[in-house]
Amino acid sequence: MSPASELTTRANLAGSEPVFHIHGVTKVYRMGDVEVHALRGVDLDLYAGEFVVVLGPSGSGKSTLLNILGGLDVPTAGEVHYLDHQLTGAGDAALTRFRREHVGFVFQFYNLIPSLTALENVALVTEIADHPMDPEKALRMVDLGERLNHFPSQLSGGEQQRVAIARAVAKRPDILLCDEPTGALDYPTGKLVLDVLDRINRDLGTIAVVITHNAAIAGMADRVVRVGSGRIVEITRNERRLLPSELSW
Amino acid sequence: MTALHHKLFRDLGRMAGQMTAITAVLACGIATYVTMRCSYDSLLFARSEYYSAYRFADVFAHVKRAPEALARSIAEIPGVAAVQTRIVTDVTLDVPGLEEPATARLVSIPARRVLLLNDLFLRQGRYIEPDRRDEAVISEAFAGANLLKIGDSVDAVINGKWERLRIAGIGLSPEYLYEVKPGEIFPDNRRFGVLWISRETLEAAFDMKEAFNDVSLSLAQGASEPEVIERLDHLLEPYGGLGAYGRPDQISYRFIADELTELRAMGLILPTIFLAIVAFLLHVVMSRLVTTERSQIAVLKAFGYGRLEIAGHYLKFGLLAALPGSVLGIAGGLWLGSLFTGVYARYFHFPVLRLQPEPYLPLAAAAVGAGAACIGALSAARRAVALAPAEAMRPESPEKFRAGILEHSGLMTWLVPATRMIVRNLSRRPWKALATALGIALAVSILVVGRYTIDSVNYLVDLQFRVMQREDLTIAFQEPRPEHARYELAQLPGVLQVETFREVPARLRFGHRSRKSSILGTSREDTLRPLLDRNLSWVEVPAEGIVLNSRLGEILGARPGSQIQVEVLEGARPVRLVTVAGWVEQPIGLGAYMQANALHRMMREAGTISGAHLKVDSTQAARLYSLLKRTPSISAVAVKDVALASFWKSYGDTIWISTTMLVGFASIIAFGIVYNGLRIALSERGHELASLRVLGYTRAEIGRILLGEQGLLLVLAIPFGLALGYGLSLLTSHALARDLIRLPLVIGPVSYTYAAGIVVAAGVLSGLVVIRRLAHMDLTEVLKSRE
Ligand SMILES: Nc1ncnc2c1ncn2[C@@H]1O[C@H](COP(=O)(O)OP(=O)(O)O)[C@@H](O)[C@H]1O
Ligand SMILES: [Mg+2]
Repeated sequence: MSPASELTTRANLAGSEPVFHIHGVTKVYRMGDVEVHALRGVDLDLYAGEFVVVLGPSGSGKSTLLNILGGLDVPTAGEVHYLDHQLTGAGDAALTRFRREHVGFVFQFYNLIPSLTALENVALVTEIADHPMDPEKALRMVDLGERLNHFPSQLSGGEQQRVAIARAVAKRPDILLCDEPTGALDYPTGKLVLDVLDRINRDLGTIAVVITHNAAIAGMADRVVRVGSGRIVEITRNERRLLPSELSW
Repeated sequence: MTALHHKLFRDLGRMAGQMTAITAVLACGIATYVTMRCSYDSLLFARSEYYSAYRFADVFAHVKRAPEALARSIAEIPGVAAVQTRIVTDVTLDVPGLEEPATARLVSIPARRVLLLNDLFLRQGRYIEPDRRDEAVISEAFAGANLLKIGDSVDAVINGKWERLRIAGIGLSPEYLYEVKPGEIFPDNRRFGVLWISRETLEAAFDMKEAFNDVSLSLAQGASEPEVIERLDHLLEPYGGLGAYGRPDQISYRFIADELTELRAMGLILPTIFLAIVAFLLHVVMSRLVTTERSQIAVLKAFGYGRLEIAGHYLKFGLLAALPGSVLGIAGGLWLGSLFTGVYARYFHFPVLRLQPEPYLPLAAAAVGAGAACIGALSAARRAVALAPAEAMRPESPEKFRAGILEHSGLMTWLVPATRMIVRNLSRRPWKALATALGIALAVSILVVGRYTIDSVNYLVDLQFRVMQREDLTIAFQEPRPEHARYELAQLPGVLQVETFREVPARLRFGHRSRKSSILGTSREDTLRPLLDRNLSWVEVPAEGIVLNSRLGEILGARPGSQIQVEVLEGARPVRLVTVAGWVEQPIGLGAYMQANALHRMMREAGTISGAHLKVDSTQAARLYSLLKRTPSISAVAVKDVALASFWKSYGDTIWISTTMLVGFASIIAFGIVYNGLRIALSERGHELASLRVLGYTRAEIGRILLGEQGLLLVLAIPFGLALGYGLSLLTSHALARDLIRLPLVIGPVSYTYAAGIVVAAGVLSGLVVIRRLAHMDLTEVLKSRE
């Protein structure tokens, strides 16, 4: 059995109990007199170990959804459950603890702390985590074992994004939320980063949610969630999950 | 060390220039606090030790001549704990090596040493021997100034006879903590001193057998001072009592109390201003930092850093800037404090005056520094905490530009693009521009205040010693003399002009307020002591009525036209109602003036004089002085130039130390404000300026845009700062006004120029630093960052 199909099976087996359960989530931004409906009633379940790609055009509400999943933002209405915790209505302290214990973020612009080295950027997160990896090991996982003491300004975009991934996974999160992780990268570098994400999802069993507007990436997911105008338009399951090296765009 | 601490220290390192500036300003604030506080503590401690160990009295009174038996009645006044009767009198003294006559205050002490009120502290030598009537203990300051040693002798005219007094001891007394000639403000230790000699000697010389002319009391716990004073006055009145008074009117007490009050006020006001500036600077720098680190804060939050950790992180910037500043400030403050106490030891004669800060002072100072830093960093830290992480992840939308009045007016088209950018940028953020301008104005104003003290003292001295005292010499008679004594004076060698005066001690009352003062009788022809109003025009003393020093008027609450009660404390002691005819402005003293004739009429006396002001031919001065020394009827001679010189000698250093401190600190603050303003501007505009560079603008051109903008603010802020400085100086002059000396509000053009100059220099130097930064600006780096 290939590792990919093994994971797919695992995701299916876990199917009965979702890790994340969100229901009827809406998000309205108010800018003066104008109301922007970023999400208009979203239902979604996420299962242990699965790799989910969220596809949609710019402005369709992907980032908003991701932020709400990660406890960075709160919905205007609707419910968000993580296992048996209710995230809706939780206070800032509870959300902070939730993020600290369970979530790893990867952002489009890497968002490394420029005054910290690669190693320190990772340590920044492991220092406040309960069962973290060794930061050095996390960086080796993303093939940056030789660049531990480089500052972000001394790393290429792809390298910076890999540091960001190492930072996100080093705390052993339950879910890895990636907002257009390849958006700022060229083709080969982007593939390299996707490969890292794929490997982490397979090896550590971390749920991975990857946002992209690049449809080609959907091939590497267990499930693909398509959003448009603040709604989930369609959820599809891939029969076979491709390896990043098999993708092309 | 945690990763967050790595970030903290690296960020601090990156902002080293700005943080150093803030640290320096904070050090100034803490140093002033510590200096003033520890000087205050040391003086207060030394005073209370001295007063209790040497039994400084609570109530004092002079009387013409009272029988010793009265002492018993005085002791029976309820609330009186101890009574000390004495003979106290002023005589002229011939000091070896001193051309002019000196004035000695002779104070009687018992032949055998017993515990006294206002007791003697013996620094050197010994107490007088009972059988040696010619021995004296001499005040330390006088001995020091005249290089007199144990065993030396001085000649005094004691009641018409020359007496040679041998110095047996050198000592001090709390009564003469501040040792100044009666009626004067500044000490002149060469020409005024205290001599303690045996009571028998003085009794014999002044015909005071079984009598006294001075009494001091100490009060029992809970005694009512006003009641005791009233009863004492009542007892002394038949014997020519001059009015009893408590410590607040005792000259030494008054001076040290005023000094303590001033130290406490300045120890509060100055550090508050300085630390407010620290908070302001930190606020600006930290707000900017939080803005530039917006997305970093969002990341920290995304990964689960809590409110406390984030707030703590940004507060630590402030605290770390405060730490070295506090350490520096405490060390510097203690050092300055030791200079201050050293200076104080010159006019306040304590057995010991050591730097004696309260043990908690360093802690308090550190807490004050940390407090200022936290206040400064607080709003930035709160903004960091409040930042919505999801929000901070998205790039900031471009700033809004609107076409304003300037655009519509068509004025803009006349300006070259660089100037247009400057004007647009300033008008786009008027509040920011205003805050920067305010900071600069504040720097200017502090410099003005620092200089004000210098100008004011110079002006005061000039006004007092050149404009208001035109005589060369003032003579005071031991006893009032008939008017024809003026002709004797005129006969003396070298005397060019004589103007006599009549001076009587009096208590002035208006409503429930009263004040002891003396009334000076002047005549219309007098020119040597002009009475001037605030515009320096001559004030005429009318035939009826009294003219008051404006401060005295304020103290009494009287205004021109008010009827005040005058109770003369000499002769027949008449009590009269007199109309206040006007005010005179005098920076020193609390005088009251009447026409000599009116005063004589009130006193029911024919022309009597108390002393005279003389104009003297300087070539004859030496002969005149040696004659005056031998004139028994004269109790004091004041030579104006000598007084002036001694003023500068004794006060020059103090003024120099305190104003150098203030002006030095103000200059540092000015630099801190201007430099920080420019660095913030560079940080805010870096991206835009780099873009311009990419478009082909030269370094000089973008430098001109940035510096032009800040330069324009600087130029606009300076006049405002000068005006603000004037206002602050006005406040200071009120805060420092004392009953006996008021610093006039005078700020010379040099000071305004200096204040503006320092700030411009700070601007130019900071500009150079920023230009160097612009030169090293990495264009790709700037453009890569989203900010
Ligand atoms: N803080 C905000 N204030 C106002 N509108 C917002 C805010 N954040 C997102 N939006 C709007 O919500 C919609 C969805 O945005 P987003 O979730 O970022 O979309 P996507 O990530 O799919 O590009 C967009 O129209 C966007 O302009
Ligand atoms: Mg997005």
